[in-house]
Parts: sequence; structure tokens; C-alpha cells
Amino acid sequence: MSSERKIRILVAKPGLDGHDRGVKIVARAYRDAGFEVIYTGLHQTPEQIVNAALQEDVDLIGLSCLSGAHAYLFPRVVELLKENKAEDIIVIVGGIIPKEDIPKLKKMGIKEIFLPGSSLSEIINWTRANVKPRHA
Amino acid sequence: MFSGMGSAEDTNKRWHLLLKEGETGLSTAFDFPTLMGYDTDSPRARGECGRCGVAIDTLRDFEILTDRIPFDKITTSMTINPPASILWAMYLAAAEKAGISWDKIGGTIQNDMLKEFIAQKTLMLPLESSIRLISDTIEFGTKYVPKWNTISISGYHIREAGSTAIQELAFTLADGIEYVQDVIERKKLDVDSFAPRLSFFFNSHLDFFEEVAKFRAARRMWAKIMRDRFKAKDPRSWWMRFHTQTAGCSLVAQQPYNNVIRTAIEALAAVLGGTQSLHTNSLDETLALPSEFAATTALRTQQIIADEIGVTNTIDPLAGSYFVESLTNQMEEKAWEYINKIDDMGGMPAAIEQGFPQMEIANAAYHYQQQIDKGEKVVIGVNKYSTGEQVYPPLLQIPEELEEEQIARTNEVKRIRDNRQVIQTLSDLRTASKTNKNLMPYVIEAVKEYATEQEICDTWRDVFGEYRESAIHL
Repeated sequence: MSSERKIRILVAKPGLDGHDRGVKIVARAYRDAGFEVIYTGLHQTPEQIVNAALQEDVDLIGLSCLSGAHAYLFPRVVELLKENKAEDIIVIVGGIIPKEDIPKLKKMGIKEIFLPGSSLSEIINWTRANVKPRHA
Repeated sequence: MFSGMGSAEDTNKRWHLLLKEGETGLSTAFDFPTLMGYDTDSPRARGECGRCGVAIDTLRDFEILTDRIPFDKITTSMTINPPASILWAMYLAAAEKAGISWDKIGGTIQNDMLKEFIAQKTLMLPLESSIRLISDTIEFGTKYVPKWNTISISGYHIREAGSTAIQELAFTLADGIEYVQDVIERKKLDVDSFAPRLSFFFNSHLDFFEEVAKFRAARRMWAKIMRDRFKAKDPRSWWMRFHTQTAGCSLVAQQPYNNVIRTAIEALAAVLGGTQSLHTNSLDETLALPSEFAATTALRTQQIIADEIGVTNTIDPLAGSYFVESLTNQMEEKAWEYINKIDDMGGMPAAIEQGFPQMEIANAAYHYQQQIDKGEKVVIGVNKYSTGEQVYPPLLQIPEELEEEQIARTNEVKRIRDNRQVIQTLSDLRTASKTNKNLMPYVIEAVKEYATEQEICDTWRDVFGEYRESAIHL
């Protein structure tokens, strides 16, 4: 048994977009890779997502949005984490994100952006390399 | 051609352009708030207005959308599900105001909620009340709008969510069974009075012969279901009329011109499988709304199949092929196994409550992605013959003022409408919702008084409750 706590991940679908094929596949891949995973279900507000992240005491939030509403929804999650003094929870995102939005999102505190065509192993490897448990 | 973006004015302009080009069927995409029963000013609608489709809050928007559209000369397809009855009521009200009687108008509302619970997930009300609203529209259409297709029973989204061909086939037919059953039981209608207007919508994916076999099996199975299970006597009730769209999920961002070839092959499978109508995807659709060039190429793909290669001269041209016949039998057999299992669970609503079709699809989608990642399933340009290019989606320019302008318009409508009448019609709708009455006439009255979409939906959320997915620990 490793003494280190397992990394806990919340995967979430903010907004009204119902395209959940990708997010569910990523959630399963995380589970099979040995992470602890909670999937919020669809149609979550940024407030609900941040509440769930705090309650579940996660180390990473993965957001998925394919509707184009990411420009409002993703930064709002980061903002709410700051308001709740939980900015050490890392936020990564996936979906249909135009190139022009990527620097903006990174500047606002989104750590990594996975575009269509990203493989599961890319996502898992990035997570292993960049996410540590926030506390033991 | 599927269109709808930004404001009602923008979409109306696009429609007139399409009509000038000779198009006779209009197809509408709505934005997410409209699809889910929220007005543009709802906190839940923030950032979504006009993306993925046109924003409709009240009949005023709908009047602008359909301004100078010849209701009696064109047909309109509306891709809308939870609030389908409201948007249909707006269409009926707009046609009436234009002086066109309901028996002269034709079109389709998608109106298939079971596949929303299973796959596409634009959700609003609980299962039972969702099905009731659908039966109301089927009954109303049968009596007053005879040329309208009040439901398009859809496997397309089931497949796009990652199902196998057999799951798409089985779950779609099981959904169809539930709708027919509900109308017969709830409305006491004779099956032959409404069944000929039921229509289907399938996906055509890459496995060429499997797709042909799926379409052939679907026809055969629906005929058996209607004749043997529901005792339909009119042969038109046995017919399965279906629309096909090529598989959006089979297209990839890398080396996008390859998508033209994928789409052509998928379209050919649908034609050989006997589809009544066809939508071919544009090569750039993985990343954005199609460019004009891409949309034209998609249209030309269909025209080449229709006019150049002679495949439309023979009905069911692959019949009798040893391979296609045995594959059709296999698909049918495996689909019946699913349908029997769903029957044993108590029907599709019960199966959905147990999460059965959702879990089957999630498993299939995960398996498919793992096969791609391991290279067991070849995707040219992704895991074979890749050039390693990184592809970025282009920026979709939806002006930010759109949301404010839309909210301002709805506020203005609310200011000038007769609010006493709005309250009265909504209260009548609330009362009727608690009975077994058909709700269509009440919805029509409310939209005519310019009640907003959300005001009507909130009435229902209040009476019926709201469906919410819950979080899961994996």
C-alpha cells in the first residue's frame, strides 16, 4: 500500500451542453488508471461544480464543454475556486476550443487544454506528471 | 439544410437565401436555452444565446423567424425535444396569423424524449410526463395537422453517443414500441390512425455492410412489430419511413478532406439500405459550423450518388447476397435479444430508470475509444498515416451584443403584451396539466398571448417536477 493519498478528480459538464460521450470516456480512463473519480452528471452550474469539488476534496477538476459557452463557464469555475480559497485545485478542460481562446483561458488559470483528437494516454500522462494530492 | 444561428433575423435571412436557391425544406437548429426550456435571461442560459442555433423566447421571435416564409409551400423540420410542443404551437400560431390553415402545413418536430434520456441529454421533465406530452402532440397532429410528422424516432444520437449498430437498432425500435403503446393506451386511438405518420432517423457509420444490414433489419423488424405486436392492419403502418444522417462521430479533425470520402461511403450505405432521405455531413463539421464550400461539397456528394452512379435504379439491390442476408439476420437476432430484455425490464422507461441503455452505450463508447488508442481500430490520419498535425477549431463569431439584444426584445414583449391574459392562459395550462386533457390547445393559447417558452416550461416543472442527472462515483 502506498502511503500517498490517491489523486481525487472531479470531471464535470458545465452549462446546458449535453455531449457527454467524451467526458464519460475520460472519467472511465481515469478510473482504470487508478485515480478516484467523481462525475457530476450533466447540466451543472459553475457554482454546483465548485461546491462538489470542495465537498469531495478533489485535487483536479476536468471540465468538458462542446457548445461554445466555455468562454463564460470555464473562467467562472476558476474564479469561484479563488473566492473559496481553493485555487490550488488544478483545472483542466477539454472540448471544442478555438485557438484564439487558448491563451485567454490559460491566463485566467486553466492549466491545460485538451482538444478533439487527444488520446486518453496523453490526458492520463499529463495528470500523473502535473497533479499531486493537495494534502496527505 | 440544417440552419439556425444567432438571432431570428439572421436565420430568417438565411432561410430566404435557401428558398431562393430552390430549397423547399427548411431545417431549424435552436440554441441550448431554447432546447432546454430556458429564456435568454435565465441565469442558466448565460453565455449560450445564439450558439448552436437560433434563440427563441416568445412567439415574437418566431414571427420574425418565419417572416414571409410560405407556410403552405415549404416544409419545416424543427430539431427540438423537451419543449417541442411549445415550438410547434408557435409554428401553428404563426401559420394561422399568416392565413394558412393547419391542414395545409407540413413538417417535422423531432419530439423524441426517450433517446434524450438515453443519449443526447437535453432534459427537462421526468420520464412519465415527457412521454405524455409526446402522446398529446401525436394525438393533436392526427386530428388537426394531418401532414405533420409529430415525432422522429431517432437512433442517430444513440449512435453518436457511442453505441454499436445493434444497440442503435434495438434501442430505437424499443423507443418506437413505447410511443405506440402509450398513444394506444393513453389516447385510445386506433393504431392505424396514427402509425403511418411515425418517422425514424438513423445514423450511417463506417462499417459498410453492417450499416446496410442494419437498415434492412430495421424495416423488417418494424413491420413485424406493427403487424404482430400492435395488430396494425394498414400496410402503411408497417412501413418504416426513415431519414439518415452520416455519422458525425466518424469524422476527424486531422486531414479533413478524408472526411468527404468517409461521408460518401456512409451515404452510399444508407442509400443501398433504402433510406427515404439523407443528410451528408460537411468535411469541417468536427470543429465548427460548416463553411459554404464544405456544405456545397456535402450536397454534391448526395447528387453524385443520386445522378451519376445508378444505385437508385433498384430497390434493395444487395438482397440475395449471401453475406448481406446473413448479416441482416444476425443483426435482427441480436436486436431482438435487446428488445426482449427491455420488455422483461418493463419497457424502455423502466430500462432507462435502471440506467441500462445508458450503461450499455457508455461501455461501447469506452471500448471503441480504447480500440482507437491501441490502434486496433484504424482511423486514417489519427492512428495510422498520421502527419502529427495539431488542428485548432476556428473561432465562431457570435456577437456578444446578441444576448443583450435578445433579452431586451423579450423584455419589450413582456411590457406590451396583455399580462392578465398571459397569467390566465398559464393558469389554465397548469390546471389542465393536472388532468389527462390534451395540452396542445392550452399551449397554443399561451403562446398566442406571448407567454415565454420558459414561463410555459416553468409551469410544467412546477406541476411535473424536473429531471436531474445525479453525480456518480466511478
